[in-house]
Amino acid sequence: MAQTILPFGPQHPVLPEPIHLKLTVEDEIVVDALPALGYVHRGLEKLCDIRDYNQMVQIVERVCGICSKIHAMCYCQGIEEMMGVEVPDRAKFLRVIWSELHRVHSHLLWLGLFADAFGFEALFYQFWKIREKVMDINEATTGNRVIVSVNQVGGVRRDLSAEQLRWIDAELKVVEAQVRALRATTLDDYTVKKRTKGIGVLSSAQAMELGAAGPTLRGSGVAQDMRQLKYAAFDRLDFQPISYPDGDSWSRCAVRYDETLQSIDLVRQAMARLPEGELSVKVKGKPEGEVVTRVEQPRGELLYYLKGNGTNNLDRCRIRTPTFANIPPLVVMLPGLELADVPVVVLSIDPCISCTER
Amino acid sequence: MRLGPMVPTVVKNLISKKSTRPYPFVVREPFPDQRGELYCDIEQCIFCGTCARKCPSQCITVDKEQGLWICDPFACVYCGTCEEVCPTHCLHHKGAWRPVAGERQMIEMKGTPPKKKKKDAAKDAAAE
Repeated sequence: MAQTILPFGPQHPVLPEPIHLKLTVEDEIVVDALPALGYVHRGLEKLCDIRDYNQMVQIVERVCGICSKIHAMCYCQGIEEMMGVEVPDRAKFLRVIWSELHRVHSHLLWLGLFADAFGFEALFYQFWKIREKVMDINEATTGNRVIVSVNQVGGVRRDLSAEQLRWIDAELKVVEAQVRALRATTLDDYTVKKRTKGIGVLSSAQAMELGAAGPTLRGSGVAQDMRQLKYAAFDRLDFQPISYPDGDSWSRCAVRYDETLQSIDLVRQAMARLPEGELSVKVKGKPEGEVVTRVEQPRGELLYYLKGNGTNNLDRCRIRTPTFANIPPLVVMLPGLELADVPVVVLSIDPCISCTER
Repeated sequence: MRLGPMVPTVVKNLISKKSTRPYPFVVREPFPDQRGELYCDIEQCIFCGTCARKCPSQCITVDKEQGLWICDPFACVYCGTCEEVCPTHCLHHKGAWRPVAGERQMIEMKGTPPKKKKKDAAKDAAAE
């Protein structure tokens, strides 16, 4: 059979962001895939040359719209470690609350997009409708809807009142009930299973070898999560990573579905154990030295390498995002699939291209 | 025929009220403390320029000589940094966002520039 090369992306109905895959196909079967990136590179890391280390908090937030809070938290943790700043306890818990809310809305967004990828429009709208409640919580508590700007080096900039905590709790109850009502549709429906079970399989050995991260890794049966590092207030919360053994698109979907409910539970735990105290400490001096910090983003491990030189500007701010780690596993998943399954599998790693290219 | 698990949700959606509102005829009230359009209470401004220096998107220009405070709302990222660093607390975010604009317009505010210190005024006079 003669081979044909088909371009998939950078503009494709299923892709929210531009990634180009050069697919070699034999009839309808994919035999090889070659990814090409570089459509949304913005050079945000280089801005550390002209913006000081405090201004960089707002800049790294713009690396990714969906998990802005988590980027800023990771960056602030790095600078705080470099400067030897101890963040107040209340700030640590508040960071967990907002970062887990970001995980909830990111996973709900993905569950919707995934449903859309295999043509289940009704489920797509349903998940996005639920997500709006979480976005409203973000907007009401932080002042902004998407890029929340609550972090600063040394703590957080906003507080949650007792009334707000009660309101969040009530809203999350509704969100949880609505998400639970969709469990059977998301994971047990005949059509959903037909499109996702056994499609795009990544074994746990392959996942480890290729350095997969986040739900892609946990969907292959490896229970590894950066929240096990006990950063922020995770040392005082009950947390066990969720994993599914099959390594197919369905497993990755199941991991994200369960993580949505787990994150809601983590927000509740953090709200119940929220200590009284200061929101931030005053930071004096200028960052000097090198530091590597890691946190768990909705898509997997996020790593920041920061190098300070004793001035207000950093020497280097290197960001490694989970999608970057998940592209080699994606290239392994695609060969052998039918062309119609490619959108589902590409979406199953939850690609965030603007993160990857920065 | 077996009904799919989505059917109860679909029926519920059909009989429940709408999830969306007919914008722009019905507009939701902004949440309290929402970071909307930036506003400068120019009478209190001392034109120190701290907001312009600290702004991560460099959207504010302050002219001390002429008593001008200018903000580019298209570059502003609504982070609230300027509001926090302002020594006289003259900067505020309004609750509502700026309406959609067809032209790029700056938020310009003119106030009374601070009086020069005697020493500086004498230096200027000598230069002239």
